[in-house]
Amino acid sequence: MATRLLHGDVTVGDRLPDLSYDVTATTVVLGALASRDWRPMHHDRDFAVHRNGTQDIFLNTPNQAAWFERYVTDWTGPTGRLGRMTFRMNTPVFPGDHMAFSATVTGTAIDDSGCGWVDLDVSLRVGEVVATTCAARVSLPRDTDDNPWSRRGDNWCP
Amino acid sequence: MTAPTPDALTPVPEEVTARIGVVQYEEEGGFPVEHGYIWTTCASVQNGNPLFWDEDVAADLTGGPIAPPTMLSVWFRPHHWSPGRSEPAVPLQAHFDLKEDLDLPEAIISSNTNTFHEPVRVGDRVRSRQVLRSVSEPKATRLGHGRFWTIDVEYLNQDDALLGVESYTAFGYQRPEEAEPADPKEDD
Repeated sequence: MATRLLHGDVTVGDRLPDLSYDVTATTVVLGALASRDWRPMHHDRDFAVHRNGTQDIFLNTPNQAAWFERYVTDWTGPTGRLGRMTFRMNTPVFPGDHMAFSATVTGTAIDDSGCGWVDLDVSLRVGEVVATTCAARVSLPRDTDDNPWSRRGDNWCP
Repeated sequence: MTAPTPDALTPVPEEVTARIGVVQYEEEGGFPVEHGYIWTTCASVQNGNPLFWDEDVAADLTGGPIAPPTMLSVWFRPHHWSPGRSEPAVPLQAHFDLKEDLDLPEAIISSNTNTFHEPVRVGDRVRSRQVLRSVSEPKATRLGHGRFWTIDVEYLNQDDALLGVESYTAFGYQRPEEAEPADPKEDD
């Protein structure tokens, strides 16, 4: 059974388990097509090199978001519900790159509706370079009877 | 050749100012939310969250199958081709309108915030609409002189429930010909 992290299990300063992955051309193309992004810089190396001036095709933003979601919910389990993500893309991620995800808990809170929130600073690094950062806000159950997914309207304020 | 000074930029036309806060480009996605794309997306990032693979978990937690929240924009991306269309459709048209109206041919997305509301469910018909939120005064950055703008893309389902909002902040600019190209971002 998958982990189901509770809000009370988390403390500011906690670090999430690292995740790393070797990017291939298949990673980039599969991610672009899965997100219905047909633009050639994500599947056509000649276009990327000669028209965009990049060294190769590169991961598109929606698929990077999917990687960040997977990284966060690997940690929370299925009861973790994402509320908000803010991305800053610094440098592209290319085939041959070794992606390394890491994250730190920067805040925990209970809002007026009783919803438990955790704030995270997440980084995607390639070598020493921070390629993308993501500030994520995710809701966790406060106890085993709580389910963030059941929240609606005024009880869900991401 | 050098870029114009911030003061020399084209003033913001009244027609652009009038668009701030106004809903534009409201349209419906080309197909209902389908499970196949959910699995393909999860496979592309090796996301094993049982919420997306185990019917019992989905029934227990979310009352049935839902899509990963970060797939919000996927349901809106146009087909690569469709009958009667000769030119590819452009997502975030309000952004490309501003580049033209403000005579700022280069642009980068400097940040992007996604806020997730009601879960997106298999079978949903998703609508989107674009709202220009702000256009800044002229700014000088290392890329050149230009303006920042923020555009929200709001997503709703067939019951008008808000599914989420993608908020894009872009910097449109003019740069000297001899300048190095900017790092590629999700613009054009």
